[in-house]
Amino acid sequence: MSEATTPADLEDAARRAVDAATAAGASDAEAWGEGSRSREVRVHAGEVESLTEASGRGVGVRAWIGSRTGYAYGTDLSEPGLAELAAAAVGAARVADEDENSAAPDRSGEAVAEIAGLRDDGVAATATAEVIDLAKRIEQVAFDSDTRITGVEEVVYVDEDSDAAIVTSRGVSGSFGASAAYSFLQAMASQGSEVQTGLGFGVGRSPRALDSEQIGAEAGEEASSMLGATKPESRSCPVVLSERVTASFAGFIGGALCADEVQRGRSPFADRLGDELASAAYVLVDDGIDPGGLASAPFDGEGTARGRTPLLGDGKLLAYLHDSYTARRGGARSTGNAARASYRSPPSVSTSNLLIEPGELSLEQLLGEAGEGVYVTEVAGLHSGVNPVTGRYSVGASGRAIRGGELAKPLREFTIAGDLLGTLAAVQAVGSESRWVPFGGSVRTAPMLVGEMTIGGS
Amino acid sequence: MSPDAPLVEPDVAGRVLARALSKGGDFAELFCEERRGFTLSIDESRVERPQSGSERGAGVRVIDGEVTRFAHVDGLVEDDILRAADGLAAALRGDAAEPVALRAAHPPRLQEIEVDPAAVPAERKAEILRELDERARSAGPEVAQASASYSEGRRRVAVFNSEGLQATDDRTRVRLGAQVVARRDGTVETGFETLGAHRGFELLDGDPARVADQAARKALELLGADPAPAGEMIVVVGGGFGGVLFHEMTGHGLEADAVQKGASVYAGKMGEKIAEPLLTAYDDGRMPGEWGTGAIDDEGTPCHRTAVIEEGRLTSYLYDRLRARRDGVESTGNGRRASFRDLPIPRMTNTYIQPGDADSERMISEVERGFYAVSFGGGQVEPATGDFVFGVSEGYLIEGGKVTKPCRGATLIGNCLKALARIDAVGSDFEMKTGFCGKAGQTAPVGTGQGHVRIRGITVGGTSV
Repeated sequence: MSEATTPADLEDAARRAVDAATAAGASDAEAWGEGSRSREVRVHAGEVESLTEASGRGVGVRAWIGSRTGYAYGTDLSEPGLAELAAAAVGAARVADEDENSAAPDRSGEAVAEIAGLRDDGVAATATAEVIDLAKRIEQVAFDSDTRITGVEEVVYVDEDSDAAIVTSRGVSGSFGASAAYSFLQAMASQGSEVQTGLGFGVGRSPRALDSEQIGAEAGEEASSMLGATKPESRSCPVVLSERVTASFAGFIGGALCADEVQRGRSPFADRLGDELASAAYVLVDDGIDPGGLASAPFDGEGTARGRTPLLGDGKLLAYLHDSYTARRGGARSTGNAARASYRSPPSVSTSNLLIEPGELSLEQLLGEAGEGVYVTEVAGLHSGVNPVTGRYSVGASGRAIRGGELAKPLREFTIAGDLLGTLAAVQAVGSESRWVPFGGSVRTAPMLVGEMTIGGS
Repeated sequence: MSPDAPLVEPDVAGRVLARALSKGGDFAELFCEERRGFTLSIDESRVERPQSGSERGAGVRVIDGEVTRFAHVDGLVEDDILRAADGLAAALRGDAAEPVALRAAHPPRLQEIEVDPAAVPAERKAEILRELDERARSAGPEVAQASASYSEGRRRVAVFNSEGLQATDDRTRVRLGAQVVARRDGTVETGFETLGAHRGFELLDGDPARVADQAARKALELLGADPAPAGEMIVVVGGGFGGVLFHEMTGHGLEADAVQKGASVYAGKMGEKIAEPLLTAYDDGRMPGEWGTGAIDDEGTPCHRTAVIEEGRLTSYLYDRLRARRDGVESTGNGRRASFRDLPIPRMTNTYIQPGDADSERMISEVERGFYAVSFGGGQVEPATGDFVFGVSEGYLIEGGKVTKPCRGATLIGNCLKALARIDAVGSDFEMKTGFCGKAGQTAPVGTGQGHVRIRGITVGGTSV
């Protein structure tokens, strides 16, 4: 490749972009560069359906003119390209209103430390033929899990090696590399004209971390277990939520704990710091340095050291998540939660990895505690069904009935509804079997028992 | 690069295609793209987050039998694109295939823009946002927060393939969105409204700040809402964004990739009656100015108007080239890609239910007890099972043939085939709205539309049991 993708090249491009921005009239500037190599394999019916190899790189520049700030990004890292990009960022800043809390972040607070294990050489060292075999194996395991498995829509495998670098006019600079690999599939089980689906997935730093047997079996077993599903009656009852569902909920809770939404009065957690509002069983931490979490990094999207921030514990709201802007505005310290989706977007406050502290009970024990209720394995329609401002939600769900403390017949086409704060307070126990789930961000979570939830069915 | 220069010269494209097929393969394609955009927000009455972006890149694919090989690179440097093509060829072992010489590009029916948004000073865009902010805040003392955003984007694409096709498109879109948070005692409600089109800045002529009025009205209206009921009832769906119901319920299941894998409840139903004869629906990528419109799709096929349901019968699936070839039919011009970083897949463009002859007020007056879903926050469907769910952003109870109390927190849930068959009235009113559709990790602008539609029975999920 001719493009700049080594960390040193990216840092150099970022430095030139910062210089170009200050030359174009910025009083301060920050540049974030990224380079990546990725591949994606899609397998269907035992054959490769598509194979993608890609490289990408780009730079995003945040420019300040006093307390006005603007952003621009581009993929052209040549001198004229960076000059155009810098001028666009400065031009954008001229449109913004002044904001006394807006300033280029200084490197303050914790020193940035290396985190071991963010990059696994397994991505680079695994031949494409091997990852194709892994994807094919996952599909086969799903088929073998039950005779009623009639298809797999596709098995998707993706891995990526990436580097990121930051430079600011206030002396911040640094770079790091990371790798990631994940795979997922949707299996279909059929009986007569009925079709049910089941999802399986795995995430890690390298294809070696993915367990084809577990991923394939999860999808196959879930699809076949849903055959014969009926709609439950509307009622309020105890509910056990699978780790996928608790991960999605944790994502919304984490989002509502981001200080920008809190400060702008758009969070159900606004003005509640220190209040007792959750069950003591629900302990939530934002952890940006756990090597197992794919969002981990030595520093965040504006160069501040990432760290570990307890959010809910002993039932109390312990902290909000901050970047440098919300920290300045709220008289707090940045928690290192300035995130970037990519160089194409400016940093904004977001969760890193969310960890829900596991409890003592196995899934069987949680079901036993529930007695008569519903085990919700899957939710749908989250983006329209959860209102992050009010905290109210009503989402589609499917799962299994719980009868006499054990899993009974499959259930589908119902809704669960409530509000996030009420649900947090109603958590009775978190399970002991936790895993990384890529829904709701990057979440390590377990199933949990909620004392009462509204089920909308027939 | 000047904003109107060709993205790549045809001789460069010819070399890329030849290299991509140098070790065999049935088909090769080069997709080039340049995207420029600008977004701006207002929040807490402060204009903020100005963002300007530009990117260019290319995607090369080779289809060999049933296997697609794809590579993409940032930038439009010939050497980088050739390297990507060589990487694809390196996996094949056959003899070189000869691409057909590129034909002179048909002059496409390009979009006509009255006012290029990129030429409008950013201050004017800030001014419009300030108008929205003022209008939202003046809607009443219970308005606690208002925010709004403006976005413009220009996407130029060029497609070249080994069958000699050469086509370009130049798509400009402008969109405005407003969000209002209203507060009364301990109750908080939100309202959201958008205005968007495949048009230039002229979209915002007249009174764009009406978007803020509408968002504020929704939030304020909901302050008096009761919890939504739970259970099965007759539902009247509003026009415009109500069309997202058809988009999710039927449109996704008609996309040929899902159909061919047996992962759609509409598979094997071509020609069958799946709805009452009053229902006719189209996917139309040519509707002037609509959000999902283009001259060509992202494989160079001219956009079409495809009747998907005619008088209750299923008449067509939605195809890209690959899936059309498998079924031995022509592409319907639905091969869309989120960017040069993505493979084309069958996607809807603008999908709508053709207006019927029912009067929307009469439709409601015939309902003794039901639910009026005026608008949705969005929805999701699992095409394999047909199970869908929609979040209602504005909904009311219907009691004794009249729209009565607003309801908060309602969700509609059901199964596509059952719900589609239960549509028993289609209104004569009609409106199109904008949406963003997500599929396989790719986001595409889509239009949805309809008049009022009544469904005889669907499950409403709320908190009131």
